[in-house]
Amino acid sequence: MITIARLTIREAARRRILWVLLALTIVSVGLTGWGTGALAGLARAEGATELEIRIIVSQILILAAFMFSFILAMTAAFVGAPAIANDLESGVALALLARPIRRSDYLVGRWLGLVAVVAVYAAASGFLEIGAVGLLTGHAPPEPLLAVGFLAAQAVVLLTTALVLGTRIPAIAAGAVCVVLFGLSWMAGVFAGVARAFDADALAAVSDAARWLFPSDGLWRGVVFGLEPPLVAIVASGNEIGEANPFFAFAPPPPAFIAWSLLWIAGALAVAVWSLERREV
Amino acid sequence: MAGSGPAVETADLAKRYGRVRALDGLTMTVERGEVFGLLGPNGAGKTTVVKLLLGLARASGGRGSVLGAPLGDRPTRQRIGYLPELFRYQPWMRAREVLALHCDLSRLPRSEWPAAVDAALDLVGLVDRAEDIVGTFSKGMQQRLGLGVALLGAPDLVILDEPTSALDPVGRNDVRAIIREARERGTTVFLNSHLLTEVERVCDRVAIVDHGHVIEEGRLDDVLGDPGVRVQATGFDETALAALERQFGALRRDGDWLAIQPFDPSQVPDLVAAIVAAGGRVHEVDAGRRSLEERFLALLSKGGDRTEPVP
Repeated sequence: MITIARLTIREAARRRILWVLLALTIVSVGLTGWGTGALAGLARAEGATELEIRIIVSQILILAAFMFSFILAMTAAFVGAPAIANDLESGVALALLARPIRRSDYLVGRWLGLVAVVAVYAAASGFLEIGAVGLLTGHAPPEPLLAVGFLAAQAVVLLTTALVLGTRIPAIAAGAVCVVLFGLSWMAGVFAGVARAFDADALAAVSDAARWLFPSDGLWRGVVFGLEPPLVAIVASGNEIGEANPFFAFAPPPPAFIAWSLLWIAGALAVAVWSLERREV
Repeated sequence: MAGSGPAVETADLAKRYGRVRALDGLTMTVERGEVFGLLGPNGAGKTTVVKLLLGLARASGGRGSVLGAPLGDRPTRQRIGYLPELFRYQPWMRAREVLALHCDLSRLPRSEWPAAVDAALDLVGLVDRAEDIVGTFSKGMQQRLGLGVALLGAPDLVILDEPTSALDPVGRNDVRAIIREARERGTTVFLNSHLLTEVERVCDRVAIVDHGHVIEEGRLDDVLGDPGVRVQATGFDETALAALERQFGALRRDGDWLAIQPFDPSQVPDLVAAIVAAGGRVHEVDAGRRSLEERFLALLSKGGDRTEPVP
């Protein structure tokens, strides 16, 4: 398992795509940091109060985090999908699985390696963005660790889904399904909030169920909460429409949801192992 | 070599893919230390056999053992080297790294890795390309690398699935030498191929598989049968023919060609002299054993479709 995990990390490090992505991330951080700093300067010049500036900057930071969350989710999907699928299709898996290793070790090793890559990218992009904005505007989010943790967890959900699908369907199809699931989960979050605001209990229940079925949006709310100044939550409390806003969170995801998400990832991994064990190579 | 009994043994091994029978009661035995060739036309089930032996696919019926353990037994795979027909290795790795990875996966003690990797590189002629990225290799070089991977750490059994499919004549000659060296070390070689001349040159025993079952198995000499002779001759009558038959045995006539089997090749001058003495003219003599290709085609000519749906 460790051999395969190491192999996966080495593979990611050797492939140019990851370095290109990192370079683009640094450019994005530079541009969004510069833009946020410029906006804050403009607001100050226009006579905005520090509180107003802090609220503006926090919202821009959340939008930037959403951009990175999307990039990370797509990266996880399109790195996770071919990890198994391409090995099976190309024949690389034939030589590997003929060795005295369990298929579960091979799959979990692949997963561990990719989780490490995704976590490093989440931490790098998240902390760089937070650091750049802090440096240029003086704004520091209340829970940066929590935000980056949820950012990585969301990507791990996508990664694990891609891995499960990759044991049975071609990589490109697995990646596409993940993108659709990511979008649907996000929309379910919006629908759940709107339905609750308008007391549409049945729709809210269905949308909530969808968010639990695929927990990427629920984890995204954890990112938002980690980046949002407590003041914003206090100001917005009582405003039910606010809950429909995917860039706003009153509270962090409840512990039951976090536990469910971890269980969901473990369950999906178990399904992937089960699927690969039964797959003829 | 550890263990006793055959290196590979299967009895009524069956494999179905949906309604298609890939293997239909395949029974064969590969003795330890021999080079065994599994022959068959495309779609006969050769690669399926290999995948079942390695546990890459599961049998639908029958039983089998490899090095004394059930098919696909994980610890036993430590003693097996395998070159897949669809050989492909991590294109982003260096050749040396691929070999080291397989040392790790086959649980070779780490202290033995450098020597094992160097020996494999030397064996397959890739010493000069050891530090090159596999993605830059030609297909032939990748197949050589795959052969090196299969032979890492001197396994007890090496399964080679079409090992020369991407090689030039020099490469094929090298592979034959490598197989012979492996046999001299006591390694059992299971060679899966449709290149009959390759098989004929290196194999001790062969099995010919068609429609998912073995239609002929045995030592190469036995499979090929007794030597015979074919003579293209004209200008003699039926009486002379009867006299030849009395002297040399039953004759088969096909146009100008006479065929006698069995026939002792040392009697060729006597046969030619007898034809000439009877007034005949000899145009060509083809003495010796039937080639594996002739035998193979003769056996397959009885066959039909390559796969059969389950009734």
